[in-house]
Amino acid sequence: MQKLYFYSMKSVNYHSKLSRILLNSLTSLVVFLVSFSVNAQDVDVERQKAGRKLFNANCASCHKLNKKSTGPALAGVEERRSNEWLKAWIKNNAALRASGDADAIAIYEEYNQANMTAFPQLSEKQVDDILYYTTVGDPVTSGGGSKGPDAPVLESGAPKWVIWILGAAIVVAFLIIFNLLKTVSELKGAPKTPGLLGQSAELWAGIKKNTFLHVLFVIFGALITAYFLFGNLSKVGVDQGYQPVQPILFSHKIHAGDNKIECQYCHSAAKHSKHSGIPSLNICMNCHKNIAEVAEGTKVVLEDGGRVVGKAELDKEIAKIYEHVGWDAKELKYTGETKPIEWVRIHNLPDFAYFNHSQHVTVAGVKCQKCHGPVEEMEELYQYAPLTMGWCINCHKETNVDLKGNEYYAKIHKELAEKYGVEKVTIAQLGGKECGKCHY
Amino acid sequence: MKSFKIIIASIVVTMFASCKDKRKPQVQYMPDMYVSVPYNANGVASAGDVPVNRLPVAGTVNRNGVVAYDIPNTNDGYDKAKAELKSPLAKNEENLANGKKMYGIYCAVCHGTKGDGNGILMQREKFLGIPNYKDRDITEGSIYHVLMYGKNMMGSHSSQLTYKERWQVVQYVEKLRSELKK
Repeated sequence: MQKLYFYSMKSVNYHSKLSRILLNSLTSLVVFLVSFSVNAQDVDVERQKAGRKLFNANCASCHKLNKKSTGPALAGVEERRSNEWLKAWIKNNAALRASGDADAIAIYEEYNQANMTAFPQLSEKQVDDILYYTTVGDPVTSGGGSKGPDAPVLESGAPKWVIWILGAAIVVAFLIIFNLLKTVSELKGAPKTPGLLGQSAELWAGIKKNTFLHVLFVIFGALITAYFLFGNLSKVGVDQGYQPVQPILFSHKIHAGDNKIECQYCHSAAKHSKHSGIPSLNICMNCHKNIAEVAEGTKVVLEDGGRVVGKAELDKEIAKIYEHVGWDAKELKYTGETKPIEWVRIHNLPDFAYFNHSQHVTVAGVKCQKCHGPVEEMEELYQYAPLTMGWCINCHKETNVDLKGNEYYAKIHKELAEKYGVEKVTIAQLGGKECGKCHY
Repeated sequence: MKSFKIIIASIVVTMFASCKDKRKPQVQYMPDMYVSVPYNANGVASAGDVPVNRLPVAGTVNRNGVVAYDIPNTNDGYDKAKAELKSPLAKNEENLANGKKMYGIYCAVCHGTKGDGNGILMQREKFLGIPNYKDRDITEGSIYHVLMYGKNMMGSHSSQLTYKERWQVVQYVEKLRSELKK
């Protein structure tokens, strides 16, 4: 009964898969045909290319084709305005407004009186190329079919649990066969063997009587216990490798690695303050006001079983910033409704230890990576260093005082170098090992 | 015999305890010595659920005696800053050196190390149409004004730079611009 049910389920599955495949091939065919027909409309590729280049260089900082930005979306602008009006506006919009053109004044007011730069340097042909580009849009990339709706990947083969069940059934079958054979041979008159359990019971009785083995076992047990106890106790309060799930999936690899944004761009407090600072959301918005979506093909590999997070999910992560900072991505306005993001703190020195970022970053010029590890390669941030006292002291013992641009230390450095008879004084010799430096 | 069992049990327990989940923090010994009693500077909420990190009250003068920037964020304000605002810093190597350092951190990612608008975010097409400094009619006052408030797609960078650092950046941008104009 169950088996039957199972098979019928399976066949339904295959049915739906088949229809899905048919549907997919049909849609990709349609998309292909449509893209072909767009290509068939004779697009002057040269003009499109020239227009696109000019658009990206001159217009794209404020205008997008299909989305409102600082200025209006420009796709199809030639249908909305006359060519003469557009040219007059692009060359010198302030003059057009001054001449009392009602349309010009209306659009200026609509976009919060943002002054558009005048472009008197653009020639008639260049303006026409730009306008041509806004009408025809981006070139259709080759293989238009694959650009259509993503074909769902067909999961191949049986699900994993079926394999497990089959494996277990095979093992059980072998056990049954083994038992049957054994019973048959015993019935035929073979002597009854004591079996595995009986043998081990005899062995255990022997071991229990042996004093030497007792002593050996106690010593061995004590050593193992001490090893594990010591190992675990020394981990108390040490969070090396701690990698919590954060409220927003922020990838340092994308920001600091791929896009090479400096650490201090966001952690700007590190140069003057005790704290490196968790960036406030206005810093995110410096870029994400413009970047509402991640690039095509961006992905983040998570720690949990290597789960890959793709574009659709990552775009939602950016939308989370908008929600917290109160940004209306459609109207491009702040709504004023904000709520803080509760990031999970990773690096946390106990309250009885004093640490100052600016002393290390600005005065000593230590690279962030020295303590925080290869952050630019981390999809999800983790604690790289143990942040124990021994780790701090080690670095203070090994590192020399950097005197470059540090006249403050020149005099004391000279005196201490003479006292210790060394050429270069380490941080520890300068007092970086004193208890009171960090604990007070 | 009983002590044996206890030893074995403790070994098993410690072995399990050492299989640490990296999503969770370690146990702390005497957590009251770890966790700060005052509000944490990186924390979220303080008394009455008010966020810890807040903007100072409008018009606050900081302890270094730098008066708040009072030119408004309007087109008129921009024109005023462009015409009247002058740098209080002396033009010297020290200011220029720090300006270069700050420019490298906060500006170069978009505007490019040379100021030609060809930073890495431009090359990777995250931002488009970032102008070359030589193509824009800017003065030290207008650069400072834009640093304070941002302009079009550029956001305000006043929270990341101090008063002095902003003027040092302005000095360095002017230097880049004069080099580009050659």
